[in-house]
Amino acid sequence: MSVAAFAELLEGLLYTPSRLGKLRLLREWFATQPDPDRGMGLAALAGDLVFRTAKPSVIRDLVAARTDPVLLALSHDYVGDFAETVALIWPEDARRNAEPPALSEVVEGLEVAPRAEIPAMIAAWLDTLDASARFALIKLVTGGLRVGASGRLAKTALAEWSGQDIAEIEEVWHGVAPPYLPLFRWLEGQGPRPDPNGAPVFRPLMLANPLEALDLAALDAAAHRAEWKWDGIRVQLTAGPGGHRIWSRGGEDISGAFPEILDAMAGLHGVLDGELLVIREGIVAPFSDLQQRLNRKAPGPKMLREHPAAIRLYDILFDRDQDLRPLPFDSRRAHLEAWFERERPPRMDVSPLIPFATIEELSAIRDGARAASIEGLMLKRADSPYQPGRTKGLWWKWKRNPLTLDVVMMYAQRGHGKRSSFYSDYTFGVWRGPPGSDELVPVGKAYSGYTDEELAWLDRWIRNHTTARFGPVREVEKQLVLEVAFDAAQRSTRHKSGFALRFPRILRIRKDKPAAEADRIEAVEALVATNAVPTEAGADLG
Amino acid sequence: MPPHPETWLRVTEAGLYCAPGDFFVDPVRPVERAVITHGHSDHARPDHEGVLATPETLAVMRARMGEERAGRRPQALAYGESLTINGVKLRLVPAGHVLGSAQVVMDYDGSRCVVSGDYKRRADPTCAPFEPVPCDVFVTEATFGLPVFTHPPVAQEMARLLHSLALFPERTHVIGAYALGKAQRLIAELRAAGYDKPVYIHGALAQLCALFEAHGVRLGELRPATVADKASLVGAVVIAPPSAIADRWARRLNEPVPCMASGWMRVRQRAKQKGVELPLVISDHADWPELLATCAEVEAPEIWITHGREEALIHALGTRGQRGRALHLIGRDEDEEGE
Repeated sequence: MSVAAFAELLEGLLYTPSRLGKLRLLREWFATQPDPDRGMGLAALAGDLVFRTAKPSVIRDLVAARTDPVLLALSHDYVGDFAETVALIWPEDARRNAEPPALSEVVEGLEVAPRAEIPAMIAAWLDTLDASARFALIKLVTGGLRVGASGRLAKTALAEWSGQDIAEIEEVWHGVAPPYLPLFRWLEGQGPRPDPNGAPVFRPLMLANPLEALDLAALDAAAHRAEWKWDGIRVQLTAGPGGHRIWSRGGEDISGAFPEILDAMAGLHGVLDGELLVIREGIVAPFSDLQQRLNRKAPGPKMLREHPAAIRLYDILFDRDQDLRPLPFDSRRAHLEAWFERERPPRMDVSPLIPFATIEELSAIRDGARAASIEGLMLKRADSPYQPGRTKGLWWKWKRNPLTLDVVMMYAQRGHGKRSSFYSDYTFGVWRGPPGSDELVPVGKAYSGYTDEELAWLDRWIRNHTTARFGPVREVEKQLVLEVAFDAAQRSTRHKSGFALRFPRILRIRKDKPAAEADRIEAVEALVATNAVPTEAGADLG
Repeated sequence: MPPHPETWLRVTEAGLYCAPGDFFVDPVRPVERAVITHGHSDHARPDHEGVLATPETLAVMRARMGEERAGRRPQALAYGESLTINGVKLRLVPAGHVLGSAQVVMDYDGSRCVVSGDYKRRADPTCAPFEPVPCDVFVTEATFGLPVFTHPPVAQEMARLLHSLALFPERTHVIGAYALGKAQRLIAELRAAGYDKPVYIHGALAQLCALFEAHGVRLGELRPATVADKASLVGAVVIAPPSAIADRWARRLNEPVPCMASGWMRVRQRAKQKGVELPLVISDHADWPELLATCAEVEAPEIWITHGREEALIHALGTRGQRGRALHLIGRDEDEEGE
């Protein structure tokens, strides 16, 4: 199979908005492409291809030698993406009627060819390909496919296609390398399970279901344990002789962004589940502080000093090579506490259990928790094994009641996919300034929370009250009051108001309320949680 | 020594004006005498007094603006015929852009200027092909005046559409295509590729499709999309104006695949921004190689550029020994869904 098939896959993934559609394309890729090409495509999507000698500068030099610099610059300005510019501008009059290269031939060539031969080799390939395939080839060389499909999605498709559990695929993933021939042989039932050889492996996380009123009524207090639900990001730590990794909840390796945590894992051997937080002197910082860390792939010394990361541990999956996942929660918890006493790792603590006797008592505790760093409570069955995914009835998340504001709709934008004909994304604001000369300032954007009927009503209202259009955005008459719910208010430079709301959604449309009576900026300010709760377990934050 | 065309043709606020003949070409505001190259709304405006155009363009104008506003004194000039106005000999020559589209060839006192209007060089089953006319000044468009724009063969794009129809037999393929020209060309190309099922059309296309049929363009069975029942649209091809493919009426379509037929679809992010899932690079404008080839073929020492990405074209012409000049005509459609 040639590079053209891979180019078609990339194009399909780019233009297909739905996850299901993308999965379908990927399954088809695995089912129809021959080895080793299908594995090379998988490696490209999973980010497992790194070429030491083929660099973006090679492409830049090649195209510069073939095009007028003024036309190249104007074209680049117009197209935006450099790889695409090169793919489109590459002169076709020299196009050779030769057989285009196979994907595997390209990958192997880029891996083994001497540095001096790389430019001529790439040029010769480009001369045999059409624009779409040239784009795919250039993206392979320059890295960063950004086609809207992650490595995790590719593995999900691999699981669906083969019928093998994705957890099993993750287990063996780090024991195989492109083009993953043993992996495909195993998935097709023609070979043994590849041995991961102690390499760090991501294990899919156990997730919780939201607790609804009905579930709450049926809950047996004695059979459950409660913890705070911290407002950071769920991570998994794997540590052992084979290496150390920090995985995001989706299995993405984020170790590089948190070197201090990686250091803290030195000497450990096991797999842990916890919340990644920014903690200063025992106080959990608001999510926006962690956000700044997440935005940096490699944080500088100042960032490390001012936004120190820590892990609040929830669970233990492996102690050394002992798989604790089948054990009930209570046993794992005892194991976690004992492990922590033994190891005392820096920058980590154990998320405390919240003692309670009745659900009513717990409910009161939940209502009393107003710190920005707490999203609510987690309820876990005392006998629950650690099961990947979201099994109903084992773990519950019980978020605290949201905060609300009455805001005024300012702008509306069309949604995506099924919602592309609806104005479904709303920017809203609150009043600021002295009465009489006050103005609306935006505080957030919401695109959920409404029913289908409400969405249809809002869509109609927006079309009938548009005052200006900017591309896909409509400015509307400042008349409609929306009650929005959100988890927290934070100071932020993102909006003109100086505040941002965490996870805002539309609670109801307040057709009854005049816009002038919507909330003012002072109301937002009053909701900003200023003091966070101190850590309860004695953490060594070194 | 014949006079340079710049002495008898000039750019005014209303558009390009021929002084000795006292007429405008594609004026943007109502004038006494207008020569119209083709029926797209940024070239053919309503409410002129005298309108000279091909019979097909006059018919298009009547269909789009009504008898009242399509010119008080319409005058048809067929391809190949000529007319002399105050010493300016005027001919209309096929431009290959849409049905009736014409280049305006003007001869005055031994010098010749050709105003191309919009044009393309690819075969189009719905209109007569472009004919190059040697001249002293060639007035060209430059909609796709960048070397990144090379339109692929139409057959290749139709094959991609048919492949998608086979791949998703239950989904409605709703194709955004301009109501005049592109829509009919697309239908004719579908027929040429062997697609013989009914094609569903948005209400905005009905009248123009009928007009093309009346001019001998075979479009096969067309059905109105906006009143069709949901079931019959399963797996169907629906053609609609670009602005309508994601609008309210499209909610009734079965898991629609939004497609767009336009030269702009060559650039991925442009297609992506429009929410297009199947971009079809089919254009009624000359692509970059065709712009350069045409400018060379007409052998004009000087090329005037009406609209588009003139900077790149002027640069490229300069390296080929042709002088380029941007006219900066106002009122030409620069929108990406433009005609």
